[in-house]
Amino acid sequence: MYRSSEAQNSETPPGQVQNHSHKHKHSDPHTHLGDYPHRLNFYDKAPQFDVTLEEFEASALDRLRVLAEIESSIARNRTWEELKDMTTKQCRKYLCLDSNTARSIDWAAQRRKDHISHFVLRLAFCRSEELRRRFIKAETTLFKVRYELDDTEERRTFLSSLTFGWEEVNASEVKDVDKNFPEAEKLVNLVPVPPKYKDKPECYKGLYYKVKWTKVSELVEKRKVFLKGGYAYVPIWERDGIIFQEFETFLTGQLELTAKRLPRLDEDTRLVPILDNLSQGFLAGVSTEWASAPASGDEIRAEMIDDLAKNHFPMCMRNIHESLMRDRHLKHFGRLQYGLFLKVLGVSIEEAIVFWRKSFSGITDDKFNKEYKYNIRHSYGLEGKRANYPAKSCQQILVADKPGPSDCHGCPYRHFAPENLESALLSSYASHGLSSTDLPAIMHNVKEGHYHVACTRVFEITHASKGVKKGEGVGGGESITHPNQYAARSRELSGPSEGDARMEVES
Amino acid sequence: MLAFYRMLYPFKPIFKWLNHEQAPTKLFTHREFAFTLQGDVYLRYNSFNTADELKKQVCALNPTRFEIGPMYTAKPKDKKTVRPAAFSPLKRELVFDIDMTDYDSIRTCCSGAGICRRCWGFIAAAVDVIDSAITEQFGFKELLWVYSGRRGIHLWISDPEAMDLTDEQRKAIVGYLTVIEGGKEMRNKVNVRMGPRGPLPPSLQSAVNTLDNHFDDLILDDQDCFRSDEGWESLLQLIPDRKAVDTLRKNWSHASQRSSKGAWADLKKHMKDYPAVVDDIILQYTYPRLDTEVSKHRNHLLKAPFCVHPKTGRVCVPVDAKKIHKFDPSRVPTVHQLLRELDAGASADSAAGGSAWERTSLKPYVEMLERHNATISTRVRQDKIKQDKSW
Repeated sequence: MYRSSEAQNSETPPGQVQNHSHKHKHSDPHTHLGDYPHRLNFYDKAPQFDVTLEEFEASALDRLRVLAEIESSIARNRTWEELKDMTTKQCRKYLCLDSNTARSIDWAAQRRKDHISHFVLRLAFCRSEELRRRFIKAETTLFKVRYELDDTEERRTFLSSLTFGWEEVNASEVKDVDKNFPEAEKLVNLVPVPPKYKDKPECYKGLYYKVKWTKVSELVEKRKVFLKGGYAYVPIWERDGIIFQEFETFLTGQLELTAKRLPRLDEDTRLVPILDNLSQGFLAGVSTEWASAPASGDEIRAEMIDDLAKNHFPMCMRNIHESLMRDRHLKHFGRLQYGLFLKVLGVSIEEAIVFWRKSFSGITDDKFNKEYKYNIRHSYGLEGKRANYPAKSCQQILVADKPGPSDCHGCPYRHFAPENLESALLSSYASHGLSSTDLPAIMHNVKEGHYHVACTRVFEITHASKGVKKGEGVGGGESITHPNQYAARSRELSGPSEGDARMEVES
Repeated sequence: MLAFYRMLYPFKPIFKWLNHEQAPTKLFTHREFAFTLQGDVYLRYNSFNTADELKKQVCALNPTRFEIGPMYTAKPKDKKTVRPAAFSPLKRELVFDIDMTDYDSIRTCCSGAGICRRCWGFIAAAVDVIDSAITEQFGFKELLWVYSGRRGIHLWISDPEAMDLTDEQRKAIVGYLTVIEGGKEMRNKVNVRMGPRGPLPPSLQSAVNTLDNHFDDLILDDQDCFRSDEGWESLLQLIPDRKAVDTLRKNWSHASQRSSKGAWADLKKHMKDYPAVVDDIILQYTYPRLDTEVSKHRNHLLKAPFCVHPKTGRVCVPVDAKKIHKFDPSRVPTVHQLLRELDAGASADSAAGGSAWERTSLKPYVEMLERHNATISTRVRQDKIKQDKSW
């Protein structure tokens, strides 16, 4: 038997969420629920009871399965609805959690398992920055999914058991703060509001929450709240955002604390192997990185890149390549996106330096060596912290480092004006079989925000001559999720004939 | 340069500004300084215990410029001896950088590294908007605007809450303040309304009201953005109504010489029913374009105030945001000018006490920093009193 409290008993730091009162406050109708009056758990209290080793490991493994599914859903760019669906299915299989109204179910056991497994995984995933970040993301998503599906009444009692330091402000007071703040009644017609609020005016009537803006930075970034004097005024339908962020912040702090205390556990020879095993499973389970190594083993030479770009590169890389050829220069993020792509494509460091030196023809050798060579070598892991940087996936290209006013990196499907995208597609791919009759369907995908679908469609059209059919994607119906996947598949399809061409170049 | 560091550079006020107090705290001793030496040699992770130590090292290395980073969990000079996990940035002023190069697609007077009195109007408009957003909406008080020596301006915010912001929160502020988005190929770079065809968020509505005044002077009179064919053609691309575009294009291509004012009046007439389009255009042409990377991460370095810009020789002096429109970058003292003044002053009253900068035209700028420091120390003192009382 292992007393879990040993490692965690003093984890709640001062000044964090205080809500221990819920245990007693709502004990009347839910006496049979004991320690767990709510379906949702903020995980602010560590389990204070005995847990068998078997339960320790089994419950954690089950939770891990759910979290891994969430991670891969995010990596595959699934929509929120799809993700919710997948997660609920997975939860039903491994980590069922029913509401108080469900009959003939042992809620307490379900909630106990949910509780234990969360804390075991905290121990397993607190050990490195990377693991913590991924665990927090997956756990917060799981919390969001459950929160959204929770029964309205139960959610209300759960919320009232928490205190976040927010203050309710009604509409007339908000007008006093700043006359430019719109009234909730008017605002509700302007912004997309979840239907559950839209249909029930009494839910939102004139109510705002006033909270320090740093607590809702995500909403601030999207301008979904109003700011005055360092305080954010949050319309009631955005309130959930506060809760999610609070959940995330709280968990982040707790994991760091756990990491500091973990060394005390090292003596325990029974637990450490289990925890090691768990964290390994998370890492190996889902990989979103596109592995390198060109299948053929043939070297790609600097002078071949231009040709490869014309025949095998996705739109984003063609755009960067053409900007580079035209301007004889690329800005930082363009160099980064293209440089890593070329590295994973199989261009060696020597050839990469040759390629960039030739392409940046407008500058002196001295300037090149001083300002650019280091960065190229850095991206190959030869300078600085010597990390093996993976090439950027579509998801990273789509959301991180948005292009500024004069940048050419990013995803053309997302960052081009529609007219420019159409003409860019035609000029790039017309020679590969793309015609203007294909454009409306592609542009429709773009408009709906399914950029990877549009890219996959372009791939299918331009490789139709190689026998790729509509809906087949890069094989087996898989969509493009990585520019290197696009290029690799494209080269693979062109197969031996291209190998011959390469022989000629080399001889 | 050496003479400038030895006699003129205000190390003491800079120390007080970074340190917030008289006695050295971690805010100074654990702070990273990076030097750029002749020949682009770059020395990172320096730190110093006192202002004098910093001055000694600066005079020994005689760098072309030096930069200020965050306060770390350990002294940056000990970086190699502490565990990597125990070395991370902790506090840092919230900084912003606005640079003229981001305006190249709209300004007509200069491009690239060039700047003149006329393009300063863009910077002035940006300062107006950012300054009021930061003080009124985010509630920060201790703002120091610094001319970057050539074509931009920096903002350093020293409020304790600002120093403590995480990278996530910094990113959020930047996101909140960023309006111009999309790459070269995106024509309409403004997309910020609350819901489709909705109003602007209140923060941006007040920005539009401020910018509206600048728009006439800056875009129509001074820059005359819509006089050239490309100028008004790119303006037309921002109008969603095809019919209006065709009419306007016909009118404008026939007229031989049109003023931007006339073009704008025409456009306003046609867009009478779509005030949103007009506001969006005003935003696209005049809203601040931030260099976002600098602000997002605590460990980004930024050139220290009072450094000398290597190309122009001008000193990076503090600027009063309220008088930003009167500021003329070409009248900022250069290092040569200051040294000449110093020579002249030395012969006249060599017996005079005080710091050497008091005898040059650097004086008002150092005094501006010292006034800023006084507000910081008042706050520190009041916070201490409050803490005492809470016991």
